[in-house]
Amino acid sequence: MAIKELKRKPLTFAEKTYLPQIASGLIITLKNIFRPTITLQYPEERPEIPEGYRGVPTLVKDPNGREKCVSCQLCEFVCPPKAIRIIPGELDEEGDSAHVEKGPKEFEIDMLRCIYCGYCQEVCPEEAIWLQDEFSLSGYTREELIYQKDKLYELGGTLPDNHFKWDKKKSAEEAGNPH
Amino acid sequence: MSDEQKGDGLISVFIDGNEVRCKPGTNLVDLVDSVGKEIPHYCYHPKLSVSGNCRMCLVELGMPGKDRATGKPMLNNDGTPKVMFFPNPAIACGTRTSPGMRIRTQSEMVKKCREGVMEFLLINHPLDCPICDQAGECRLQEFSTEYGKGYSRFIEQKVVKPKRTVLGPRVMLDDERCVLCSRCIRFCKEVADDDVLGFVDRGSYSTLTCYPGKQLENNYSLNTVDICPVGALTSLDFRFKMRVWFLKETPSICTESSVGVNTMVASREGKIYRITPRRNDEVNDTWMSDSGRILYKEIEDENRLTGYASQGAFSPPDAAILQVQKYFESEKIAFVGSGGNSVEELYLFNRLSRAAKSVGNYLVSHIQEGDELLISNDANPNTRGALSVGFIESLPETELPDLASRIDSGDVDTVIVYNEDLIVAGISSEQLAKVDIVYFGTHSNATSEAASVVVPTLSVFEKAGTFINQQFRLQKFLQAVPGPDGLIDDLVSFSQLLNHVEPDSGPLETVEPIWAELSKEVSQFNDLSFNTLSPEGAQLDGAAFQHLPFCEGKTLHYEPAAETVEAGT
Amino acid sequence: METVDIIWIITKAVIVAVALLSFSNLAVLAERKVSSWIQGRVGPNRTSIPLIGSIPVIGTAMTRLGLFQPVADGLKLLLKEDPVPDHVNKFYFFLAPVAAMMPAVTTIAVLPFGQIISDGVVVPIVLADLDIGILFIFAVSSLGVYGMILAGWASNSKYPFLGGIRSSAQMISYELSMGLSILPIFMWANAPGADSGLNLFSVVQHQQGVWGVIFMPGSALLFLVSIFAETNRLPFDMAESESELVAGFNTEYGSFKFGLFFAAEYAHIIVGSGVFTALFLGGWHPLPFLSADLLPDGLLGAAFSIGIFLFKVCCMVFFFIWIRWTLPRFRYDQIMKLGWTMMLPLAIVNLVVYAIIFAFIDG
Repeated sequence: MAIKELKRKPLTFAEKTYLPQIASGLIITLKNIFRPTITLQYPEERPEIPEGYRGVPTLVKDPNGREKCVSCQLCEFVCPPKAIRIIPGELDEEGDSAHVEKGPKEFEIDMLRCIYCGYCQEVCPEEAIWLQDEFSLSGYTREELIYQKDKLYELGGTLPDNHFKWDKKKSAEEAGNPH
Repeated sequence: MSDEQKGDGLISVFIDGNEVRCKPGTNLVDLVDSVGKEIPHYCYHPKLSVSGNCRMCLVELGMPGKDRATGKPMLNNDGTPKVMFFPNPAIACGTRTSPGMRIRTQSEMVKKCREGVMEFLLINHPLDCPICDQAGECRLQEFSTEYGKGYSRFIEQKVVKPKRTVLGPRVMLDDERCVLCSRCIRFCKEVADDDVLGFVDRGSYSTLTCYPGKQLENNYSLNTVDICPVGALTSLDFRFKMRVWFLKETPSICTESSVGVNTMVASREGKIYRITPRRNDEVNDTWMSDSGRILYKEIEDENRLTGYASQGAFSPPDAAILQVQKYFESEKIAFVGSGGNSVEELYLFNRLSRAAKSVGNYLVSHIQEGDELLISNDANPNTRGALSVGFIESLPETELPDLASRIDSGDVDTVIVYNEDLIVAGISSEQLAKVDIVYFGTHSNATSEAASVVVPTLSVFEKAGTFINQQFRLQKFLQAVPGPDGLIDDLVSFSQLLNHVEPDSGPLETVEPIWAELSKEVSQFNDLSFNTLSPEGAQLDGAAFQHLPFCEGKTLHYEPAAETVEAGT
Repeated sequence: METVDIIWIITKAVIVAVALLSFSNLAVLAERKVSSWIQGRVGPNRTSIPLIGSIPVIGTAMTRLGLFQPVADGLKLLLKEDPVPDHVNKFYFFLAPVAAMMPAVTTIAVLPFGQIISDGVVVPIVLADLDIGILFIFAVSSLGVYGMILAGWASNSKYPFLGGIRSSAQMISYELSMGLSILPIFMWANAPGADSGLNLFSVVQHQQGVWGVIFMPGSALLFLVSIFAETNRLPFDMAESESELVAGFNTEYGSFKFGLFFAAEYAHIIVGSGVFTALFLGGWHPLPFLSADLLPDGLLGAAFSIGIFLFKVCCMVFFFIWIRWTLPRFRYDQIMKLGWTMMLPLAIVNLVVYAIIFAFIDG
C-alpha cells in the first residue's frame, strides 16, 4: 500500500506568535462567563425523573391498604445479586387478609447489593414490588441500608390496582357458590 | 416372527411407531416412561391401584387387525399387519400391553384430549400459585405449561370450597386446588391400611374429607402430601416455610430404624427444611414414616454438642484430641460403639480399638416396636454394619452387664463411648465415676457429662457415609448441610487418633480411602467403593450372619428368616 | 525619629500588609468563581456565617456569591492537622513557606498605590518612596524563588524536587527578559528634563498623558508574559503542574504551611498586577489622556486615586485568572525555549528600538 505523506501547512507569522490564538481562546472563555450555568442545585432542585425510571425497589399496598406481597419469593429467586430476603409467614385466619393466607413475615432488601435491574418488579405476580423514583439512599451503617419491611412499605406507599385479585376472591368466598 | 417364537417371554409394542420389547401386561404409563417419553397423568401412581379418574393419560391405541371370520391376521398389500386404531382414545394407566399394540402419544387427537382435560381441571382451580406450597413441583403447573391451551375461556364464577381444612395433626387440605385424583384415598386404604379419606358430594362440588369422627393421623399421613399431584394436601410442618425451588436435595438414609428408608434431604443455605422419601423399590417403595421426617430437628436441638471439652472446660479441637490420645495409653481400655454410626466410622473405631488393645468392644441395642411397614424393631440403623466391619461378633444387647462387672472388678479403667448413653445401657453412675470416659457424640447426655473429654461429632445430615440395613443392603448417604461451626468430621478425629497409636496407618480422613481399605479387608465389600455405589445401594451377602437371631419382624420388603421368627417368639 | 512616627509607620505597614493578604484571599475566591463561570458552573455558594448570612437579601446574596468562602477556607487551613513527614529536613521545611511569603509582602512597601494632593503638591501614597523602587522590587521578588527551591529540597521527595528545580530555572530565564522589557519605560521617564530615576511614583506621574501600554505595547507584552512566569501562573506553572508533579514543590505540605504558599502565590499576583498597573496602565490616572490632577484635594481625592488603582489591579487579577482557565500548560522545554530564544532577543530588540527612537526624539 502506498504511503501518502501529508505535509503540515507551515504556520503563518501571526500563528507563530500565538497571540491571535490566545486572543480567540480568551474570547471563547469570556463568552462562557455570560452563559447561564447548567448546575442543578441538587438538594433543593431535583432532577426530573423520567417515566419508567428504576429507582429503589419498594413494596406497595393496594388502595384498600392491604399489603400486596404474598411472599411467593419469586423476586428472591430472580434477584441477580441476591439482595432480597423473605421469611414467609401465614396470615391469621381472622381478619381482612384471611383469604390471602400467606404474607411476608420479614422482607428485607439489601440496598447495598441491589443493582436496580428491575427483575423483581417484572417477575412479581402480585405487582407488589415496584422500582419507583426514589434514587438517593444514605445511611451511617451497613445495617441501616438493609431495608426492612416497614421501611419498604413507607417508601412504596400505595399504588392504584387494576385487578383487586384477592378482593374478588374474598367476595366470591363470602358470596359462596350455591350448592 | 411372532413373539412366542423369540422365547424370551417379551412382546413387541409400538410407541409412536418405534418398536419396544416389554413384558406382557406392563402398564402403559410405566412403559412409555421407561423409553424416555411421558404420558401426563395425575391419578396414576406406580405403587397404588389404578383408578383412572383424571383422564389426563388418554392416548390412541391400535391393534393388528384380525379377520373375524377366519381369525387370521389382516395384512396390508406389502405384507405388514393392518393396524386397526380404536375410534376413541383410551386411558394409558388402565391399559396393559398386549402383543402388537400400537400407542400414539403425540397425535392430534391426544393433544386435543389433553388440552380439554387441562381446561376442565383448571375451570375451578383457584390459580393461587404465588401462595401455594406446591408451586415448583406441581403437576398442574407443569402439564398446563406443556399440554394446556395457555388461556382460559372460563368467565363464570368459580366454585368456592373450603381452603384451610385440617385433615389431621400434620396435613392440611385446600379443597379448591384438589383435582380429585384419589391418590391419597388409595394410599390410606392400600398402603397405610388406615381407611379414613373419601369424597363427598358430586360434580364440581366433590370434596375430599375424612370419615366422620376420624382424622388422617396415621404415621404415614405425610405420604399423601408427597403423592398429591397438586397443592391440595400440604404438610403443616413445611407449610409456608420455603419455596421448593430454593431447596437443594441431597440423597440420604433415614436413621429411624434398620429398614434404612431412602430419603431426600431438602436444605437451603445449611438449614434443612424437609425430608421426603426417595423411591427405592427394594426398600421403601416411595414411602416413609412421618416420624422419620422430623428427625432433622434433632440437629438444632438445644442439647446438641457444639464445642470440644476437656475436664469439663471448653478446649480447642486440637487440644481435646491430644487429651484423648493420653487416655489411649491405658492398658484397660474398653470401647462402646453405636449402631447409629456409619460403616466407615465403625470401621475406624474398630481399628482404633484393635490398635489400643481394647479389652472389650460393646454395642448397645435399641429395641422399639415396629409397625411391619417401614419401622422395624431395631432402632439402630447400622447393626449389621457393626457386624460386617467386625466391631462386634454377636448381636448387641440393650444392657452391658459384662462391662459393668469389668468396671467393678477393675479390669477396665478407661471407656471410649461413641454416641451412646451408658446409664441407659445399664451402667450405674457410681460405676461411671470409677472410670475415665472419653465421649464422642452428637448430643449431650449423662455419659457426656461424666466424661473427661467430650468430642462433638456430626449428625447423619452433616457427613457422608454408608449404612447396612436389615436386608444387608449397603446404602450411602451424602452430606446435606455443613456441621456446626468448628466441628471436625468424626472420620478426621479418628484418623488423627489412629495415626497416633498406629503411625503407619495413613490418612483415612474421608470415606473414599476408608472404602479402599474396607474393600480389601472385608470379603463382603470386595469390588465396592463409595463413589460407585448406586443410589439404590448394593445387596451384600449376609450369609455369614444368617445364624444370628435378629430382632426384626416383617416389614414392607423384609421377611425374617424362618428360624429367627421361631427364636423370637 | 519620634516614637509617634515609628508607630505611625508600623501602623501603615500593618494596614497595607493586612489589606494585601485580604485581597489575596479574595483573589482565591475570584479564582474559584471565575473558573466556575467559565466552565458553566456555579462555584462556591453555600458557605454562610450564622448571623450575617441570615440577613434577608444581602446575606443570601453574599452567600450565593461565596463571600464567606475565604473565611471557611482560611479557618480550614489554620485548623487542619499539620503533617510533617519524617523524611524532611525540618529547618528548611519550616523556612520555605516563610521564604515564599516574605518577598510578596515586602515588595508592596515600595509600590505607590495612590496620590494625595496637599497644598498643590502631589504626594504619593506609598509605604517607602524609594528612588530605586523598581530595583528593590526586582531584588526582593526574585527572592521568592528561594521559597520554592527550599520547599522542593527540604521535602526530600521526588515531585517537590522536580518542581523546585523547574521553578528556579524558569525564574532565572524570565527575570532577564523582565528586566530588559521595562528599561524603555524608565528611559522614557528619564527623558531630559524629567529626571525621575527608578522611582515608581515618577513613572506613574509620567503617564499622565499617554499610558505606557499605548506608547510601548511591546514592552508591556513582554513584561506581562514575564510576570506570568515569575508568579508561576498557568501557562507557566511548572513548579506545581498538578497533572505531572502532583502539586510540585508543595506536595508534602499541608495545613497552614500550605496556606502560606497558597496566599503567597496570590499575593504575588496582586503585587505583579500592581507593578504592571503602575508601569503600563497609568497607575491611578483614570483614563489615558485624563490626569489624576483633576481629582479633588485631600483625602477624598486620595480615596479616589486608590480606588482607581485598585480597580485596575482587580482587572489585571481577573486577566490572570482568565488566562489560567483558557490556556493549557506549556511543556518544560517549550518554556525554556520561549524564554531564551524568543523573549530575551525580543526584549533586547525592543530596548534597542526604543533607544534609537528616544535618540531621535531627543535629537
